[in-house]
Amino acid sequence: MAERRYTKSHEWLIADGKTVTVGITDFAQSQLGDVVFLELPAPGRKLNAGESFGVVESVKAASDLYSPVSGRITAVNEKLAAHPELINSDPYGDGWILKLELAGELPDGLLDEAAYKKVAEA
Amino acid sequence: MAFSTKPLTRKSPRLSDLAYLVHSPEDRAAMLGAIGAVSMDDLLVDIPRSLRLESLALPAGLSEFETMAQVRALAARNRVFADRLTFRGGGVYRRFIPAAVAAVTSNPEFYTAYTPYQPEASQGTLQAIYEFQTLIAELTALDVANASMYDGATAVAEAAMMAHIHTGRNEVVVAGYLHPEYMQVLRAFSEGRGIKVRKGTEANSKTAAVIFQQPDFLGLLVDARGLTDNAHKAGALAIACVDPISLAILAPPGEYGADIAAGEGQQLGLSPSYGGPHVGFIACSKELVRRLPGRLIGSSHDAAGRRGFVLTLTAREQHIRRERATSNICTNHSLCALAASVYMTYMGADGLRQVAEVSFKRAHALAERLAQLPGWEMAFPDRQFLYEFPIRVPKGPVLNRKLARKGILGGLDVHRWFRELKGVQTFVCTEVNDARALDELVEAVGA
Amino acid sequence: MTELLSFEKSRPNAHGPRLPDAEVDTAAAADVLSSDQLRANPPGLPRLSEPEIMRHYSRLASLNYSISKQFYPLGSCTMKYNPVANEVAAALPGFADLHPYQDEDSVQGALSLMWRLEQALCAVVGVDRVTLQPAAGAHGEWTALRMIQAYHRSRGEGRTQVLVPDSAHGTNPASAALSGFEVVEVKSGPDGRISLADLDSKLSPKVAALMMTNPNTLGLFENEILDVAELVHATGAMLYYDGANLNAFMGICRPGDMGFDAVHMNLHKTFTTPHGGGGPGAGPVGVKAALVPFLPAPTVERLNGHLKLDFKRPQSIGRVRSFYGNFGMLVRAYTYILAMGGDGLTQASLDAVLSANYLRNEVQGVLDMPHEGPCMHEFVASAHNLAPYGIKALDVAKGLLERDFYAPTIYFPLVVPEAIMVEPTETESKATLDAFATAIKAIVKQAEEDPHTLHEAPHGLPVGRLDEVATARQINAYLQGQSEDPVLRWKPAP
Repeated sequence: MAERRYTKSHEWLIADGKTVTVGITDFAQSQLGDVVFLELPAPGRKLNAGESFGVVESVKAASDLYSPVSGRITAVNEKLAAHPELINSDPYGDGWILKLELAGELPDGLLDEAAYKKVAEA
Repeated sequence: MAFSTKPLTRKSPRLSDLAYLVHSPEDRAAMLGAIGAVSMDDLLVDIPRSLRLESLALPAGLSEFETMAQVRALAARNRVFADRLTFRGGGVYRRFIPAAVAAVTSNPEFYTAYTPYQPEASQGTLQAIYEFQTLIAELTALDVANASMYDGATAVAEAAMMAHIHTGRNEVVVAGYLHPEYMQVLRAFSEGRGIKVRKGTEANSKTAAVIFQQPDFLGLLVDARGLTDNAHKAGALAIACVDPISLAILAPPGEYGADIAAGEGQQLGLSPSYGGPHVGFIACSKELVRRLPGRLIGSSHDAAGRRGFVLTLTAREQHIRRERATSNICTNHSLCALAASVYMTYMGADGLRQVAEVSFKRAHALAERLAQLPGWEMAFPDRQFLYEFPIRVPKGPVLNRKLARKGILGGLDVHRWFRELKGVQTFVCTEVNDARALDELVEAVGA
Repeated sequence: MTELLSFEKSRPNAHGPRLPDAEVDTAAAADVLSSDQLRANPPGLPRLSEPEIMRHYSRLASLNYSISKQFYPLGSCTMKYNPVANEVAAALPGFADLHPYQDEDSVQGALSLMWRLEQALCAVVGVDRVTLQPAAGAHGEWTALRMIQAYHRSRGEGRTQVLVPDSAHGTNPASAALSGFEVVEVKSGPDGRISLADLDSKLSPKVAALMMTNPNTLGLFENEILDVAELVHATGAMLYYDGANLNAFMGICRPGDMGFDAVHMNLHKTFTTPHGGGGPGAGPVGVKAALVPFLPAPTVERLNGHLKLDFKRPQSIGRVRSFYGNFGMLVRAYTYILAMGGDGLTQASLDAVLSANYLRNEVQGVLDMPHEGPCMHEFVASAHNLAPYGIKALDVAKGLLERDFYAPTIYFPLVVPEAIMVEPTETESKATLDAFATAIKAIVKQAEEDPHTLHEAPHGLPVGRLDEVATARQINAYLQGQSEDPVLRWKPAP
């Protein structure tokens, strides 16, 4: 399985060929607290890298979600509608948010784990 | 030049006599000493010298007796018309207010509490508002209502904003005679957000919502069902501006499929008070709940399993969402909502129905009698009304002066807002206008 | 102790109220209107007798903390004593029973009160005119921004941005967005005050206004306010004052003199109208001469001793609410101003500043103080120092509730971690402030010695900490069709 990469806006992604899976990081979920709701787009929509595609809400915060890559949405994690707590309990597994079909190449500036750790600790 | 040593020139009373201030000169000295400050100037060092005032250019304070004498003198310069002889409405109505309403809202444990941010210490307010939300949802037959808005006008404007956000469309259509002041507020809200307000009845693919008032500003019934269907055919929402008392008789928005009900709750136990404070309300269907402005109270429980109530879905609101919030509203009209809750609970469905029914019968009796007077005629004889109706009146301004001399507050001249309604006044009858009051009005008109 | 809902207490056979008969023999609505127009199912309102209703609400009231019983040190909210004379004044029939569409001749006392209140507020904040129409602070903010927008447009300038400090109240950016502006954040410097360098970098011909409160939300006076005003005005933008913190300096200085062009005031904070468990309030807006043409209509004007409502204001932004504002709250505020006078209002602010500094000094040894004093009428402490014990600002707040104090504002402003924002006001005695400081010290000691118990506070209140997360998740389940329980309202059991 490909290596997990990160953004400064606290999303993660894993690219498997042209299929990119996106979620939010463990650090992000811990900052938000218990997630109660996600506003997510429908499959088929095209996103540009850095574009806001939805919102994640806890009882005390709301945060915009940004696409780390450009591409078309092929799947949205439907379990999250009934179980938003998956974002907290398993942010890198069952708490994934979107799958995209990558358009072009992965953008520059994605972080590896060590670099992201520095961002999160800053 | 130390501020605290400046001689204060006043006659009476001395500052130390001011009942609302609690520190004695000794307390002040002790507190300054504890901080290690010599004078108040030490605490005000950050204020640039050039900004400091010599004194506040207002008269010196008064004793409570003198204060109230001045306030009473102002009140005495207003003319109060007896409620039974008030036939003017236009959005604010005289109705019977049970003594229970003021008895509850004048309890300082309600009126001196803050917005219930700490639920453990605010269950009284939270539960009362949860009951208000339920009462309004029941009355409008919609899924959910919010904790209150400022007034009917801003409730309608916020409802239009909900439709704009929900549909992503930039136009709202206003059908028929919406309260002219609500229309003005709607325009002011819409202009900021770049939304077009159009008069008409037909929606199209750009229309976010069709807004109508039932009964309308003149008191006439509109085809709420037809307007709602029209809106839905174009993919727009239907917003019904409703009179809460009327809903005891009339089909409520939920029964004809409207998406949002908004309105003014003054009739639910609040005095006219020269236009405010009253209470606006918004109720909506399930699909729109996340677009609701303002506070929402939900049912919850603690670790011991006890039921309690909390502010909820707060991530919609300004203190979290800031510029992305559904609205900027923070302070709402909680105490007025409490008054409305007491009123609705006191009346129950049957009491509310009787209030509406008595008003209906009396208004129709009055309309019949007035329409027979020489020169008077119903402005819209083919239209139905509940308890407010438009009628053509000969020499309206002269008539109103004549009525005022007899202690009667006559009809409302609506020509000032609608050019096509020259000579038209609206009259209202409620349960406070007894049969003898109707006689007095008709006699005074004929005299 | 919890209380059943009125709906749960409802008895189908309870007596309804006795109401008048129609006394006329016209037809009933059901005989005149078509079934299509009539309500099919009656609303499910509770049915209770008056004695039961009165007991219900008395019991609910007893579940509340309120200023009438407790110290309410909510920062930013100015929870001072609400004089009872104000309530008597507003209830006078000469005010409470006035219809808003009475002829002007018959409401000269009401118009005079509005005119005098406007004059008094002008004197306090240093502006030329005031509109009394806005119903609340946020409503006033939005009203002011619409006026500023209209002013720029009248000069042919389409300015699109509003600057807001990162420490601002949430209503500021929300009001700006509702007026159609793009919100640009300005950073605070390390001393907690607005960064002139950051401000300078964000000012441009696109900026319509800078929204500020002074003292800022950290309780600190912006000592470079005159430089801020000069920078802002040099670019043609306007300076907007958020009046939430006006209680800090009545009679000491004025926003108008600082260079603010528009100022909103919260009558329910500074001028003692009660907060009512969340309103009604009133949010008048004062403006300098340049903005006067854009005031909402109507204004109150005085001509030869006669007062009138002026609707003919061609450049007005229009109307922001129905009628003339929350008149009943205007009566209360005017009554308060009469009683206090210029001298009393000044002393009120001085005492508010003194009390805040005194209390700050009393607790600074036990809680973090992220910024240097002196403060103005409120201060922001931080519970960050209790983190090693797993104690947060929320726990301190709940510990205070348990000790019969309402909690300070917590987690605001956002720029201070674990913020605890305390505003004592001038109407709390030294003895109360001392008792509060003692309670804070006891809580900090408890945090060190027995954090577990503190974590479960408050004990002994009607309910313990409520599961807000479960509530929000249940509502979302309902909204998505996975549950029948709306959570936001009562429903009879199926």
